[in-house]
Amino acid sequence: MSIRIENLEKHFGSFHALKNINLQFRQNQLTSLLGPSGCGKTTLLRIIAGLEFADSGRILFEERDVTNLSAKDRGVGFVFQNYALFQNMTVFDNIAFGLRVKPRKIRPSEAKIHEKVTALLKLIELEWLAQAYPNQLSGGQRQRVALARSLAVQPKVLLLDEPFGALDAQVRKTLRRWLRDLHQELNVTSIFVTHDQDEALDVSDRIVVMNKGQIEQIDEPNQIYHAPQTPFVTQFVGDVNVFHGHIDEGKLVVGEFSHHINTHTNTTKPVNNQSATAYIRPYELTLSRSPENALATGKITHINAIGFIVRIEIESAQSEQPIEVILTKNAYNSANYQLNEQVYLVPDKLNLFQQMNI
Amino acid sequence: MNNSTIRLKTREKANRQKWILITLGFLFFAVILLAPLFTVFYYAFAQGFALFMQAIGNEEALAAIWLTVKVALIVLPINMFIGVVMAWTIAYFNFKGKAFLTALLDLPFSISPVVVGLMFLLLFGLDGLAGKWFIEHGFRIVFAMPSIVIVTLFVTFPLIVKSLIPTMTAQGNSEEQAALILGANTWTLFFTVTLPKIKWALIYGVILSNARAMGEFGAVSVVSGHIRGLTNTIPLYVEISYNEYQFIAAFACASLLAALALLTLGCQTLLGRLQRRKVEKSLHSRTA
Repeated sequence: MSIRIENLEKHFGSFHALKNINLQFRQNQLTSLLGPSGCGKTTLLRIIAGLEFADSGRILFEERDVTNLSAKDRGVGFVFQNYALFQNMTVFDNIAFGLRVKPRKIRPSEAKIHEKVTALLKLIELEWLAQAYPNQLSGGQRQRVALARSLAVQPKVLLLDEPFGALDAQVRKTLRRWLRDLHQELNVTSIFVTHDQDEALDVSDRIVVMNKGQIEQIDEPNQIYHAPQTPFVTQFVGDVNVFHGHIDEGKLVVGEFSHHINTHTNTTKPVNNQSATAYIRPYELTLSRSPENALATGKITHINAIGFIVRIEIESAQSEQPIEVILTKNAYNSANYQLNEQVYLVPDKLNLFQQMNI
Repeated sequence: MNNSTIRLKTREKANRQKWILITLGFLFFAVILLAPLFTVFYYAFAQGFALFMQAIGNEEALAAIWLTVKVALIVLPINMFIGVVMAWTIAYFNFKGKAFLTALLDLPFSISPVVVGLMFLLLFGLDGLAGKWFIEHGFRIVFAMPSIVIVTLFVTFPLIVKSLIPTMTAQGNSEEQAALILGANTWTLFFTVTLPKIKWALIYGVILSNARAMGEFGAVSVVSGHIRGLTNTIPLYVEISYNEYQFIAAFACASLLAALALLTLGCQTLLGRLQRRKVEKSLHSRTA
């Protein structure tokens, strides 16, 4: 089922939580809402679920206006960050709950309910815990039960609010993959809220990056990472080095360095005589001992050569923060960089943004 | 003195201080609580069990006991309903005036019971603001059972609310939200999800509220009119008997109230233990 959001606005007192949100979710896609705390992603999810109501705007489920429907009548599934399992019921009863509270006329027989719940328990691989209580389960097990519970009523949309936020890193990775596989199998339109970019990049068909109640970019994970459209997205997703300068005759000028903007730059046509900010990933910067086409220079202050990749930190006058460069062990060994050595930095690719001077 | 001697002396001093404090505590407890309690039972049974039964069994005493029970039985379900509704509102929602409402819950405790009685006397009495209307339509409120029920409600309803709010606030309403999304209506939601959660806190509040309802004196004294055999509750009957030098009757009924207090205390302790054991049991049977 597809979802359309039109002109959604939400205030909490004087706090403007959602600003004119317009969004579409295609059928059977897994979409992430990614952003920092307070950006409005959870508020948006809860409004779609019917747990909160917007000040204005519309929500349409497959052309049907559900804006004023109660959560109970929307037919969505919701997985909470803190699981929200019914503490006084067994795992079996938790999963069966949605089926048992259906109105008498459409309620399936107890035998059918038993069949369905057992099938779901098999799906989440927890048949042996059917009679256990939630407080006897680990975090990962609880979340799987919560997922099964929401799937029991065959929702048209599955909404997940930072479902792995309360779990430790290892479990998070495992469950993340498992969710992805499950989604492929079940083919339900899913919306997933997270502040963890690795999670979003790993699992989603599409990512909606949000900041301060607004949408920054909607794109495939690949594009979000390699072709960020706004400074916020560039800085939020992946590590990045920031350089401030301006454009002069088609070149990026940072301090006394002038860099010829090549075809790999992610930017619209650069405007002359205007300030510009370049965002460069650590592995898209090359160290060099010659100043040709460099963007900056500095002294090597830290070398971390443990593992396959080498991280080098450089103090430079062209950047406020230490510059981070990543190179392969081979590259490092062949060039043999030393601490306190003065080196030049040449970008392979940069993301360039310019502010319009009003 | 070497180090080990110093350590020993410090430990001894700490021990001595501990025992002095414990003794002081027990002495206070004995004088203020135990001795009076013991006295009540002593005088009640001083002249033998037969006279005790006679004192309780006389017409006025029985009427007082029956009235007390009736009032408690009426007040209890009302308090439970109001208690749950108010606790639900305060624990699960944020709204303007919530702090004020929560503060108002302490009002019945901070007003002197006599003033409470007077308030309702003035409101529902012969010349009262609302009293005139009721009397014209044939309802007796003051100097009759209705007023006793009303003042008892006033002094006891916050007890259940205040017992429920901490539990409900701590547990939050995410389970209820989950139940709503799964399609449960409000009634089902309450009975299958909320009630099991607040079971213990509710029982605790009910026991407390009940003890207070049965033992209330000041407010009831003002509005009841002390009509023998009709509007005397047990506490009122104790006072009347004592003033008329009917000591056995007074102490006999007082011992009933004292026994109720002890029973209440016992139930609370038992509940606390049961709850703790349940929690421990479920923690010990955690699976990997």
